[in-house]
Amino acid sequence: MTEREERRFAEVPRESIKLMAESTGVELSEEVATLLAEDVCYRLREATQNSSQFMRHAKRRKLSVEDFNRALRWSNTETVCGYGAQDALPFRPLKEGELFFVEDREINLVELALATNIPKGCAETMVRVHVSYLDGKGNLEPQGTVPTAVQSLSEDLLKYYQQITRAILGEDPHLMKVALLDLQSNSKIAALLPYFVYVISGVKSVSHDLDQLNRLLHMVKSLVQNPYLYLGSYVRSLVSSVMYCILEPLAASINPLNDHWTLRDYAALLLSHIFWTHGDLVSGLYHQILLSLQKVLSDPVRPLCSHYGAVVGLHALGWKAVERVLYPHLPAYWANLQAVLDDYSVSNAQVKADGHKVYGAILVAVERLLKMKALSLTLAAEGGCAGLPGTATGAVGFRENSLGLSPPPEPLSEPPLGIASHLQAGGAGCPWEEWTPVSLPAMYCELYSFFGDSLAVRFSTDPPLGGAPPSGSRQPLEGRKEPASGAPNLENTRKMPQLTASMNISPRQDGSPCMEPQPPSLAATVPGRSLARSSSSSSVSRSRSSSSRPGRSTSQSRDIFPKARFPLPQVGPPAFSFIIGGRQMGRRCQGRRFQTSFTPTPPLTTLPPRAYAHKLPVIGRVSKPVRRWTCSHYSLHLPL
Amino acid sequence: MCLWCRIRQKIPKKKKTYYAAHVMTPLLSAPGKKMAAVQDAPMELDAEKETKPEILSDGTSNLSGNTASGTLSSPPLTAGGAPKQEDQQTLIAVLQFLRRNKLTESVEILRREACLEDQEDSQTLDGSGGGKGDGDGGDANSLLSRVSIASAAAPQSTLTPIPVKNDQPDVSVVLSAYSQQGDPSLYQVYYSSLKNFIESVLDCHRAELSQLFYPLFVHMYLELVYNNHENKAKAFFEKFSGDQECYYQDDLRILCGLTKKEHLKGNEALLDFRTSRFVLRISRDSYQLLKRHLQERHNNQIWNIIQEHLYIDIFDGMPRSKSQIDSMSGSFAGETRREVNKAKVFYGLLKEPEIEVPLDDEDDEAENEEGKPKKKKTKKDSMGSKSKKQDPNAPQQNRIPLPELKDSDKLDKIMYMKESTKRIRLGPENLPSICFYSFLNAYQGLTAVDFTDDSSLLAGGFADSTVRVWSATPKKLRKVKSAAELNLIDKESDDVLERIMDEKTASESKNLYGHSGPVYGVSFSPDRNYLLSSSEDGTVRLWSLQTFTCLVGYKGHNYPVWDTHFSPFGYYFVSGGHDRVARLWATDHYQPLRIFAGHLADVTCTRFHPNSNYVVTGSTDRTIRLWDVLNGNCVRFFTGHKGPIHSLAFSPNGKFLASGSTDGRVLLWDIGHGLMIGELKGHTDTIYALKFSRDGEILASGSMDNTVRLWDSMKAFDDMETDDFTAATGHIHLPDNSQELLLGMYHSKSTPVTHLHFTRRNLLLAAGAYNSQ
Repeated sequence: MTEREERRFAEVPRESIKLMAESTGVELSEEVATLLAEDVCYRLREATQNSSQFMRHAKRRKLSVEDFNRALRWSNTETVCGYGAQDALPFRPLKEGELFFVEDREINLVELALATNIPKGCAETMVRVHVSYLDGKGNLEPQGTVPTAVQSLSEDLLKYYQQITRAILGEDPHLMKVALLDLQSNSKIAALLPYFVYVISGVKSVSHDLDQLNRLLHMVKSLVQNPYLYLGSYVRSLVSSVMYCILEPLAASINPLNDHWTLRDYAALLLSHIFWTHGDLVSGLYHQILLSLQKVLSDPVRPLCSHYGAVVGLHALGWKAVERVLYPHLPAYWANLQAVLDDYSVSNAQVKADGHKVYGAILVAVERLLKMKALSLTLAAEGGCAGLPGTATGAVGFRENSLGLSPPPEPLSEPPLGIASHLQAGGAGCPWEEWTPVSLPAMYCELYSFFGDSLAVRFSTDPPLGGAPPSGSRQPLEGRKEPASGAPNLENTRKMPQLTASMNISPRQDGSPCMEPQPPSLAATVPGRSLARSSSSSSVSRSRSSSSRPGRSTSQSRDIFPKARFPLPQVGPPAFSFIIGGRQMGRRCQGRRFQTSFTPTPPLTTLPPRAYAHKLPVIGRVSKPVRRWTCSHYSLHLPL
Repeated sequence: MCLWCRIRQKIPKKKKTYYAAHVMTPLLSAPGKKMAAVQDAPMELDAEKETKPEILSDGTSNLSGNTASGTLSSPPLTAGGAPKQEDQQTLIAVLQFLRRNKLTESVEILRREACLEDQEDSQTLDGSGGGKGDGDGGDANSLLSRVSIASAAAPQSTLTPIPVKNDQPDVSVVLSAYSQQGDPSLYQVYYSSLKNFIESVLDCHRAELSQLFYPLFVHMYLELVYNNHENKAKAFFEKFSGDQECYYQDDLRILCGLTKKEHLKGNEALLDFRTSRFVLRISRDSYQLLKRHLQERHNNQIWNIIQEHLYIDIFDGMPRSKSQIDSMSGSFAGETRREVNKAKVFYGLLKEPEIEVPLDDEDDEAENEEGKPKKKKTKKDSMGSKSKKQDPNAPQQNRIPLPELKDSDKLDKIMYMKESTKRIRLGPENLPSICFYSFLNAYQGLTAVDFTDDSSLLAGGFADSTVRVWSATPKKLRKVKSAAELNLIDKESDDVLERIMDEKTASESKNLYGHSGPVYGVSFSPDRNYLLSSSEDGTVRLWSLQTFTCLVGYKGHNYPVWDTHFSPFGYYFVSGGHDRVARLWATDHYQPLRIFAGHLADVTCTRFHPNSNYVVTGSTDRTIRLWDVLNGNCVRFFTGHKGPIHSLAFSPNGKFLASGSTDGRVLLWDIGHGLMIGELKGHTDTIYALKFSRDGEILASGSMDNTVRLWDSMKAFDDMETDDFTAATGHIHLPDNSQELLLGMYHSKSTPVTHLHFTRRNLLLAAGAYNSQ
């Protein structure tokens, strides 16, 4: 029996002792090794026996490494480190030699660090009471599930979650409206955020259903707008869902009747919204977004709708993004696009239509780029000369005033300095590192070479409106009325429904229309429309304004081709400035005016407009269904 | 004497008690405080002078067997002669030890005391030496034993002190009684011849004499090991270990690994085995039989071991049966000696303080007019009768000084009485409802739980060193405001007690951080203002439940503290730990008031008697001891468990004790008679929780096997015939009626039961950590 008994104990053979001694550089004689081996065995047994006490008092059945270490510690022995894991450690023999070892796998720390499935952490220790036996009889009521970190949702929240998702993805438009509104304003749904984010990440599975995609995007919008939610790292997940809608060749886009363009526009709008409001939550987000957009844009294999998405996405991210990504890519991309547009075959009709869309999107983006660039130059120049002498002083003073009063458009449409600088500083090895700012004239020249007059078309000018009040930004009503009152004065009204903002050119300058002498090309850079778009709205905003403010748009409607009405450039005084005024049409900043001016750059050598540019009278948004979007933008629900 | 015993107890655990020895010196150096050294922190000077308490009563009784005159039969008397000599050696060794550690003052004091002892010793030796003549040779036993001692043991024992003194000033050598050597090769022969003899005797004697196997086996084995006969020891072990009783398996496993003398030195458990005497109870007839056999065979080796290491308690009358023996054996050091449990124990309850129950309380108002006067009367009567009737078994009211009742305590008592009027009477027909408090997500390991008496708070001790307190009622836990904020409070206002609480801190649970090791024991004070926790880090901490901060860390155990328990009247608490002693503390003393030493292994659980005059401790040595708080004496010593004891519970009337151990059995004890009165079998794993219902009709036991079992304790107590004969002899016949007594078995959902508690209305609360695996 003792033999059996003996075998219960781990024996450390003499040879092992000798090996271990050798590994530390000690030679042991046979006897010493034997003695040591026996002693080691005894000590091990003793420690094991002592450790069992710690196990018993911890009210466990399983002896843990910790118990053993405690026994060692109390016998003044060094403890064994590194075996605290809960899992069993396999003790394996080596095939060749009589060697045994504890398997110790290498852990890939990189993988561990970059793992996406972040452990949730332990749930709080808690006590739950359950009447187990009533009067000595068993209680049939189940004991209740063990709450974990995930299941810590209350019953009510779960119900809320179910109702909301059902309403949003369901058939009833009214319900959906209510649900979205609630999602936007409910302050108690923080716990549900991961669930909603998860639902939204389901965009990939419904890419055939535009309607569902729309709904999910609306859900994003509501979540983003909810002031009580801290999105945290979920921003990344939301952004990736939105990017999916922008960039992917959705299954729904196979059918040309599906208006996936609007979806992309809306998603891009949403993207910019998320980015400008929550971009600071995730570092490097801007960089990542730009990279992925650039990747799509530079990939000729991608369908045109993807390219379109990239362009509107860039546009939504602001003119600097356009300048850095789209502009350098344009020459390369142009060739491809031109090939598509020049192909008049019937089979190519659909692709060509798509190409037109892309063309329009690029045009819009580029226009704003030019405009904003000009604007920024003016601002810079303004900053440079503090006190402008002469007649301009008054104007300058006003400008400064108005700038101070009304928030400049920059913060909304431009990346915060931090991110921008991060881009430049931290973007080592990124493709646009070598990007150098191109001067406005050069840029204009180049762009003009692509677009010809159609570029100029967009840079329509507005006749000056009499005395736009500087405080208009604070008084939306007044701001609204003002263009109407100015309407009769308009001599050059054009039918351009996209126009949402009027431009005031130096309102103080004797009331005379600011047809300051100016080369035609430059005059064309005074934008009305593109300014409106700078309010973080892409094409959607155009259509929005057209439908939601019919009165205004009619009053301001202009001809599509304004260049003919351009007054002849005069050779004016050397110092002059434009003030470009506009209005942002967002719901939240209704009537906000922005106003800026820029000194015209020296006249450019006019380039011959590209011939085909004239063949594209109306590019882009000719189709109708935009109306839907406009409403939805206002109340964030679809009037289905 | 006391000091001597104390040191003697300490010596085996050399490493541990080194610190204690240091502490002792300053105490001893002040001559006026000699008593203080004995009684670590005097509770009351007067009481101390009167009683001159001895802390180590067990050690004392162990040694002073011969001074405890009349009660002992003669063989123990003669056997007592040898320990005297042995003690002398011990004393010398202690002196050397002290000298070596430069504790000169202690040496002197010890000398002074020892001188007296030496004189006494010589007297007793003379007396016993002359006893040959004095005893008229009438006692053949004593004569015989004297002869045998003279032949083998005596010469050596008289000789050893001198060489020890000169050559080998090593404590362990002196203490070891294995210096004598027989022929190691003959050990197997000796043992097997005894075995053959015992197997050949009549059945009635065989059972009794079989008790000898285990202690003889162990001692012979250790002797072989001690004298470096490693191979012979192994062979001896292999040959005879299979014969031992199954409940000694754990010990045999330890023995099995031990084959070297060097190992022997460090093994404290075995040191204790060697230095303490294994107690056997054998009827006179069987003993005579054995002695005759050994003398015929001249089997001196075995006889020497019996003389030196065993204590044979001889009784007159019928030999006991095997089952009787088995029910009492199993402990580390044999059975209880009869005289140990003879001391009077005041197990009765203290007189309830007279509290005017307010007559116009809300409950009465709620009731109708007719019932009102009646109720008042009954209440008054019950109160009056209780206070008038003094329990004859109760200790004097002021035997142990108890804290005075505060107003809040009185209020609580009133609440208690009100609640108890609504108490459900339990019984076999009327079982309690059980509420299970499951600790969820307790990955760190739940190690201890306690409820307050009114079941309003719940505390959990965890293996990650934290203590958490939960409110078991909707009322949230709040801290008292900070000192600065308290200054702003209007102290005159009526609701000042409410105002001092900081509403901002209200929460369902509070965490208490401070320990640096698993928390093995938690205990609420009866007034719910304090919480005690004992931990692996060797400290007991007192926490305030007003501020949820640590107030005191009681250091003294230096080793893991396994359990702690508040006195039912507050102020005092007891703790027990790995250092084999239980300590009695008062919350306002940083040193223990009493040290209860005597257990041969860790003290695993400690409980206060309901009258606060006694403390019971359970140990890994599989024994239970009841200690008198007043003088530190061990007044009851219970053996019978076959595994470490992990739970103890007093019945509410203070008469009975229940104990549960790793062997899955609950044993019931009659404290007054010092007898085992019941054995409740059924659990399949360690019993960690025991609790009597408020009226004591039901005993609930909770175990690692995920069940709560209810036992009919009333029936168990009634069935037991405690006639005078049984009480006198201590021979009990346990009916095997566990199945009849089991009233119910209730399974939890993979949740070991860590704690049980009866609310004041007799609802049973159980607590444990849900184990998801």
